[in-house]
Amino acid sequence: MISRLANPAQFMRVSGAVLPFLAGLAAVVLAVGLVWALVLAPPDYQQGESVRIMFIHVPAAWMALSVYLLMAVASAVALVWRHPLADVAAQAAAPIGAAFTFVCLATGSLWGRPMWGTWWVWDARLTSVLVLFFLYLGYIALVNAFDDASRGARAGALLAVVGVINLPIIKFSVDWWNTLHQPASVFRLGGPTIYISMLLPLLAMALGFALLFAALWLVRMRTALNERKLRALRLHRMAEPRSRPADAAPPGARPAVH
Amino acid sequence: MAALLDHYFAMGGYAVYVWPAYAIAVAVLGGVAVQSWWRYRASVRALERVQRQLEPKP
Amino acid sequence: MTRKRRRLILLGGGMTGLAAATAMVLTAFSGNLVFFYGPSELLAKGIGPGRLVRIGGLVEQHSVAHLDGGREVRFRVTDGKTDLPVVYDGVLPDLFREGQGVVAEGKLNGSGVFVASSVLAKHDEKYMPPDVAAALKKAGRWQEGGKPPP
Repeated sequence: MISRLANPAQFMRVSGAVLPFLAGLAAVVLAVGLVWALVLAPPDYQQGESVRIMFIHVPAAWMALSVYLLMAVASAVALVWRHPLADVAAQAAAPIGAAFTFVCLATGSLWGRPMWGTWWVWDARLTSVLVLFFLYLGYIALVNAFDDASRGARAGALLAVVGVINLPIIKFSVDWWNTLHQPASVFRLGGPTIYISMLLPLLAMALGFALLFAALWLVRMRTALNERKLRALRLHRMAEPRSRPADAAPPGARPAVH
Repeated sequence: MAALLDHYFAMGGYAVYVWPAYAIAVAVLGGVAVQSWWRYRASVRALERVQRQLEPKP
Repeated sequence: MTRKRRRLILLGGGMTGLAAATAMVLTAFSGNLVFFYGPSELLAKGIGPGRLVRIGGLVEQHSVAHLDGGREVRFRVTDGKTDLPVVYDGVLPDLFREGQGVVAEGKLNGSGVFVASSVLAKHDEKYMPPDVAAALKKAGRWQEGGKPPP
């Protein structure tokens, strides 16, 4: 299936067909999840209504990690197999992953203040997630730092792959070292320690975030492929006698990835 | 009714933490979504324009 | 061998090397990476009076005492093996209570009492509605309070 989508034209066809359904499904699941999280879910026996922040914070954290893993795998594929869409996939995912990481950090801080008594601590969990955020930003900056797009892509891919070592550190930080952040409540041996009436809205929000990511990822990849085609067409037009130099892009440069 | 809503929005005293948390999530994720979509639409329009210009004139 | 195979081996080898290096660095620095010491660890490390340090554990049952008049509160922090008396003058977090996790930053004074400059509550990973918690407690199936850190 991956090789069938390797062809950019094929990818555009398939993604174009899938995207409306993905976006629609994401909207529905998020709407249901939000109502569930904000209204229907019960308060916590010790954290009260502040536990509702969990329904944003935890799914955002899961996405922050998963998207980085995706980015790292795509980067490895780009480095080893030189798959044409691998760089596009990694670069399209990065800003979305950075956004989830920011939401995780900000909502975590808002949750920590009333529950722990502080906005921030430099314990292993919080610090390693902050490092993840910097890795995302560093990746985006690195890719855009080079005039030559392929060199930027290569440098970014290397950073993404090297940074993957941070993922097990984040996950196991609460087990390996004494931290303020509590241990895992869902992905742990022995099963979740969240009561079902709170676990279900959590999973709903997680699904909504995943669908949102998938939709935005496709949108950003389609944009990247469109922009590549635009550059190629403009270059082609420059070579023609009737070209209008005013709106032709200089060779090699490309718009910054936001 | 108004009292019920007040009680709900108070979030057990944690309103000043809960509502900004949700607001930040909506603003940041919504922002990425909007920016992604705008840029996509711009790329589609630009591509259509260039492809029209490249079409052989009748 | 093909160029692709060579790149793959290079990547795999590089990642393995990186993993090993990271593991070594983290092990060597693990003392600096812990956010707090349990009372037994504090003893084991021989941390003397006057050194700024963080301790963590459970608030020992029946150990909390508010000194009348002032904001001062005394309690004991335990990890199941050792306990440490703490004195604190300040606002306690909402979640601070006996049998619950706590992290305090401060210094040991000359008489073996930990003078805390800040106290944070550490909660566990259990989430449930109030009625479920009450039902479990009533049935004697669960006592509120975290496990002491190992």
